[in-house]
Amino acid sequence: MRITELFQRGEFVLTAEVGPPKGVELDHLIKDAHEYLKTRVHALNVTDNQSSVMRTGSLATCKVLKDEGLLPIFQITCRDRNRIALQSDVLSAALLGIENLLLLTGDYTTLGDHPQAKPVFDLDSVSLIHAVKRMEEGFDIAGNAIDGAPPKFAKGAVVSPCSDSVDVQLAKMEAKVKAGCEYFQTQGVYEPEKFIKFMEQAKQFGVPVQLGLIIPKNVGMCRYMNANVAGVHVPDDMIKELQADKEKTKAGDTGVEICARLIKECKDYAQGVHIMSLGWENRIPEILDMAGIAPITPVV
Amino acid sequence: MLITQLKSKETIEALAQGKTVIINCHGCKEVYFAEHEADELQKDLNGVTQIITTDYICNPDNLKLQLQKHTDVINAADTILVFSCGVGVQTVAAQFESKKVYSCCDTYPLPGFQGVTPLNVDCGQCGECYLNGTGGICPITACSKSLLNGQCGGAKEGMCEVDKEMECGWERIYRKLEKLNKLDNMKYDAPKVRNYHNPNAEEPII
Repeated sequence: MRITELFQRGEFVLTAEVGPPKGVELDHLIKDAHEYLKTRVHALNVTDNQSSVMRTGSLATCKVLKDEGLLPIFQITCRDRNRIALQSDVLSAALLGIENLLLLTGDYTTLGDHPQAKPVFDLDSVSLIHAVKRMEEGFDIAGNAIDGAPPKFAKGAVVSPCSDSVDVQLAKMEAKVKAGCEYFQTQGVYEPEKFIKFMEQAKQFGVPVQLGLIIPKNVGMCRYMNANVAGVHVPDDMIKELQADKEKTKAGDTGVEICARLIKECKDYAQGVHIMSLGWENRIPEILDMAGIAPITPVV
Repeated sequence: MLITQLKSKETIEALAQGKTVIINCHGCKEVYFAEHEADELQKDLNGVTQIITTDYICNPDNLKLQLQKHTDVINAADTILVFSCGVGVQTVAAQFESKKVYSCCDTYPLPGFQGVTPLNVDCGQCGECYLNGTGGICPITACSKSLLNGQCGGAKEGMCEVDKEMECGWERIYRKLEKLNKLDNMKYDAPKVRNYHNPNAEEPII
């Protein structure tokens, strides 16, 4: 199923991110997905060599999750593939019955574990969305006809509502909508007031937006993100909150509480939530419980 | 060597709006420049208040010196059309921040010596100059990812995720377009896609 159908039905769409390992043992990922995510989120984003670190591929992992009765979202970045490979993978996704895409430019190569690699960026997020849209119309980006019935996807993209240059981000968001983007997931939000202000401007585009959350695990992680991760800012008060009860934070409970609170504060302004748990998938049910979000009936 | 090839007459005519000053750069002998064709084309353009032919406009100090005696006419102009390689256009655009500065050439590379660029401004020699839509700041060389359709999510406090000493090129472009009241430049229908199959640059006639 395409998650755009859920948005159209007016559902509050829940997604969580999972990252394939550097290796082919997916048992742990699959077990966690069944145990913690299947009845709590509608779909699972599968990252594409996240942070430019080489891992098992997103498409193959999507297929495994699909076979497990879960609904995957195939994340595709422009970092590692030129337009031929990107479009070929999009067709491969259609072949495998993967109907949800999240189309990104991608982190730069030097941020990951193969800094010597060639950065491709032949297309970018906007032109990739355009390419997929063209394929849905029966043509590749070079204008050649595609044989048989064209594929159909839910085409998603990302945006950073708490960026220090949110006007520049909004301009890019508009370009993505124009190119055919049908839903957005945001970068991690820790400042509800910024998110709400952003949504007031973003609603003109008429495209659903899922609030992005990164579970704050500890103070070090927050400081690291503040210094290094674009579009993410953890305010001082929240860092103090994580510092206040060290045992509670260590147990992960402070992070869970913060996420639940962020959902409550932003819920009325968003069309869903996307949780990036970075290995803490087991805490997602608690976050959703605490935020008052009931389990869901799984869709495939 | 570089080849600068004139953009089409229609393109250049569309760029010449209001009072227009033309700057020709006949600097590097290593750059092939279609002098005669440019002269012919410039004769027919409307609104031209001054044609300045000079050299090495890629050097900001030299540019300033060369243009000193034309200050009044440049200040009164609405548009500056630059006939040079991509570096020259960017240097002029940086010097006249509030003017519309447009490139009338596409710059192509040829193997061998590539001219003299004594500064950080760079031209990607892509053969399909984007400077006219980006406020005279090159997205190919000012953006680490050479993105054509706007900022990625990797800028923090205006700096690039790849090189923290480097400003985000698209943030610079956005601010420049904002200043020029040209933000609509970022609204177009088909996203821009680079052509790596370098179009056939004409052989230089030397």
